[in-house]
Amino acid sequence: MGLESLLKGEGFITTTVDAIAGWARKSSVWPMPMGISCCAIEMMASGDPKYDIARFGSEVMRFTPRQCDLMIVAGTVTYKMAPVVKKIYDQMPDPKWVIAMGACTATGGIYRTYSVVQGIDQFLPVDLYVAGCPPRPDNLLNALIQIQDKIGRTKVSDFKNSKLPDLNVIQNN
Amino acid sequence: MDIKELVPQKLKEQFNEIDFEVSEYLDELTIKLPKEQIVKVCQFLKDDADLEFFLCQDISAIDWARRKNRFTVVYHIYSFKNNFRLRLKADVDESDCSIDTVSSVWQGANWQERETYDMYGINFNNHPDLRRMYMPEDFEYHPLRKDFPLMGIPESIPLPKK
Repeated sequence: MGLESLLKGEGFITTTVDAIAGWARKSSVWPMPMGISCCAIEMMASGDPKYDIARFGSEVMRFTPRQCDLMIVAGTVTYKMAPVVKKIYDQMPDPKWVIAMGACTATGGIYRTYSVVQGIDQFLPVDLYVAGCPPRPDNLLNALIQIQDKIGRTKVSDFKNSKLPDLNVIQNN
Repeated sequence: MDIKELVPQKLKEQFNEIDFEVSEYLDELTIKLPKEQIVKVCQFLKDDADLEFFLCQDISAIDWARRKNRFTVVYHIYSFKNNFRLRLKADVDESDCSIDTVSSVWQGANWQERETYDMYGINFNNHPDLRRMYMPEDFEYHPLRKDFPLMGIPESIPLPKK
């Protein structure tokens, strides 16, 4: 059962730091549930026993950004909400990823109007867009599997020369 | 007496100097009055023992764009005693874009007037706390005016840097 069955003989394996760190990261992605509107309902549904996000190691939805490494932005982001989303994103420790869940988050969706940000990629580095209005929970799980692939491919050298983020981005508190 | 006849009759008895325009559409009574008299009339409608319009359900406005009196402020008030809903209207011109607040009559009018101010830029005189309701406080425009573009004015609301 599991990894132990592969460890025959001396009981050790050799691997690279990148591989083992990537495997550890992708197997326990802790999401930040940035549930802003109706997509959040589907995000919650993906945590229930029927869809069960725990199968992918992501059942620990943390309500503090300090303990998260994946932000699921689920819902319509208005211009007034954008600094708040950005502030929470900035508080998450590196490395971190962003899923833009639903049509509103990705493009503004049906809200083609002055008050809604037409796509959160204007102020956040989005890794994955999930289509749907709202996306079904299985669609979100599919996104999680895909972002696990991406997380697993992350290398230590990716962060070698990365700057610390500028935390004074929010002017109007 | 039917409440639809009672309301205009009481108003005309009480304020015979005011020119009320009474109209009825789809079984709903609308009374139009000059904006200077709005607080007096509202106070009377609330205090009168036969009417008792205790609830201010909504305050909003209409932007007529090119009409002479550009805005109409609309009040929806409700009487529990008579189970009756009344609509009050008052014209506001753009050159003097203000009307007296009725938040002294109904406390709940406070936020509704703030919303109307935010969306249409109509100032409510003597309002205790006339700040924007929805838009950021440093926003310069009023989004529900007809001359405001649907997609907004670029760069008018700052986004955080990437």
